[in-house]
Amino acid sequence: MEFDLKKQTVREVNQALHDLPKDQSAEVVVGGISGDHNLAVGMDHPVKITLNGHAGYYCAGMNKSAEIIINGNAGQGVAENMMSGKVHVKGNASQSAAATAHGGLLVVDGDAAARCGISMKGVNIVVKGSVGHMSAFMGQSGCLVVCGDAGEALGDSLYEAHLYIKGKVASLGADCVEKEMRAEHLEELSALLKEAGCDDDPKSFKRYGSARQLYTFKVDNASAY
Amino acid sequence: MTMKEPGLIESATFSRDVIHEIQRAAETGIYDIRGFGAKRKVPHFDDLLFLGASMSRYPLEGYREKCGTDVVLGTRFAKNPIKLDIPVTIAGMSFGALSANAKEALGRGANMVGTSTTTGDGGMTPEERRTSKTLVYQYLPSRYGMNPDDLRKADAIEMVLGQGAKPGGGGMLLGQKITDRVAQMRNLPKGIDQRSACRHPDWTGPDDLAIKILELREITDWKVPIYIKVGATRTYYDVKLAVKSGADVIVVDGMQGGTAATQDVFIEHVGIPTMAAIPQAVRALQEMGMHRKVQLIVSGGIRSGADVAKAMALGADAVAIGTAALVALGCNHPKWDEEYRKIGSASGFYDDYHEGKCPAGISTQNEELAARLNPEEGGRRLANYLRVLTLEAQTLARACGKSHLHNLEPEDLVALNVEAAAMAGVPLAGTDWIPGKGY
Ligand SMILES: Cc1cc2nc3c(=O)[nH]c(=O)nc-3n(C[C@H](O)[C@H](O)[C@H](O)COP(=O)(O)O)c2cc1C
Repeated sequence: MEFDLKKQTVREVNQALHDLPKDQSAEVVVGGISGDHNLAVGMDHPVKITLNGHAGYYCAGMNKSAEIIINGNAGQGVAENMMSGKVHVKGNASQSAAATAHGGLLVVDGDAAARCGISMKGVNIVVKGSVGHMSAFMGQSGCLVVCGDAGEALGDSLYEAHLYIKGKVASLGADCVEKEMRAEHLEELSALLKEAGCDDDPKSFKRYGSARQLYTFKVDNASAY
Repeated sequence: MTMKEPGLIESATFSRDVIHEIQRAAETGIYDIRGFGAKRKVPHFDDLLFLGASMSRYPLEGYREKCGTDVVLGTRFAKNPIKLDIPVTIAGMSFGALSANAKEALGRGANMVGTSTTTGDGGMTPEERRTSKTLVYQYLPSRYGMNPDDLRKADAIEMVLGQGAKPGGGGMLLGQKITDRVAQMRNLPKGIDQRSACRHPDWTGPDDLAIKILELREITDWKVPIYIKVGATRTYYDVKLAVKSGADVIVVDGMQGGTAATQDVFIEHVGIPTMAAIPQAVRALQEMGMHRKVQLIVSGGIRSGADVAKAMALGADAVAIGTAALVALGCNHPKWDEEYRKIGSASGFYDDYHEGKCPAGISTQNEELAARLNPEEGGRRLANYLRVLTLEAQTLARACGKSHLHNLEPEDLVALNVEAAAMAGVPLAGTDWIPGKGY
């Protein structure tokens, strides 16, 4: 099945995608994309969608089950609140990639901007390049894997998300600390690198997580709130 | 409370309440967190009066001549606008803050009189979807429990930018209320304080919001209305930007609006009174040619049919209630007085919703306490109360000669004092004077 956004509107394409049978796999290709917002949002189908071109905001938002490939860059909030499935950005991703996502896998071949994985709630994210400042802010669960560097205030106010960074970390946010890389973490990380198609050595990464000091209010921490 | 004796003069600046708070702060080192809304006296609907019909206006016969109460919300873009029989809706209150029984009682009561209920921070429970015929799903900064399946089950979506009790503030659910179920719905460890962010994680500003709203419309195939809820502060500008961002309905929550857990200093010192916000919102809508096209829901301190009628006369299409609905269910009921006293409060004063010890079984996750609220009985009480609000509002509208609550207008109102006249933009009673209007 093919669509062309030079001839059809985003509404028409999304409606056609939503109308696909929910229990059958299918392959869809969308061309003619030039920064259009809200492409392939709200999918609830086991289909493979290839988007050829640069996507605007919220591409693949709230994805469930679908595999969505973006042959280009993705705008703000790609795969935001994803529940399951896979989203693969072949270029760079703008801010708030996979914000609040509950599940599935986001792979970014290039860099991801600020707030990558903000408020993540179970999603796995693999960024082959670097991520911007405040990434994994208030991250609740899931994993953020960065093969490049991380910007300032990584993991600020982190809950239980696991952060694996290979390169330099500009600075850690409040309550985020480096943690020991144990066997179970190496296993988790290798599986994710493999799934994302990276051949980086898991042992070359460092693990960061929550010091759990801000979990309940303590007067002595007042300056950190 | 100690009685005042002659010769003992209480300071207006350092009152006993102030002294108590200084001592409490000195002892604990933490600000006071509580539920409920602003407790200080601010200009409110009590400061307005209706001008009933007389020689120059015709009244309608009570009980005989019809006075319509229905309202349609979300007519701007949604394929399926919300049709309600009465213009009083139940405001967003989360499961987590409230017990599952309380949420169910709200749904049952609302169904009986044909109005809507709203989810809250923490997501939609299957119970509330099942028991609420018309359910508005809140889309909050925390996105706790945010799920596209629930989004598609909702009858409307409410994008929450803020609350009247804490405009500019996020949420807080303290550890003691985090049971297994609440923790699981929010994807966090049990027993820790849960902070809800004050900003949305994936948009900033009205231009982004416009795209965000389109995303929600695309996901739901443009079927359901999208509301934007703001705490009342710079209401004139916020309403204009909300309309520009593509809202179907705007909810303005004034500073008296209730909360489940917020710092007292925030509740009492941020935001503007509900009455002051309505004329700002209406002016913004009128200037854009959108009054009645983008519907306006007003909340914050609505208690009686008089409040409903006055909010509507100032230009609201509907109102929403939080605290009053909880009181109708049994919150602060005298029958629990002894238990309120055991936890350092008294019936009529209880506001520690955040502690989860509510003797009436409403703002708690303790199963034993929650079982005290029978959802059917609670639903009946709420339905009764909503019927009274409607009858009272109709009584006032008929007296003003109006065959529908929506026909009430500012011209039907006067103010008791200069402050109310200036805020509501209606004349001081007995005069033609509207402060600031130059005549
Ligand atoms: C117990 C409780 C919980 C609340 N939870 C939420 C919430 O989750 N989201 C929200 O937007 N507002 C919440 N509110 C605010 C209400 O939606 C509403 O704005 C307010 O209660 C209206 O004012 P009123 O209580 O004077 O009627 C809550 C209020 C209360 C009392």
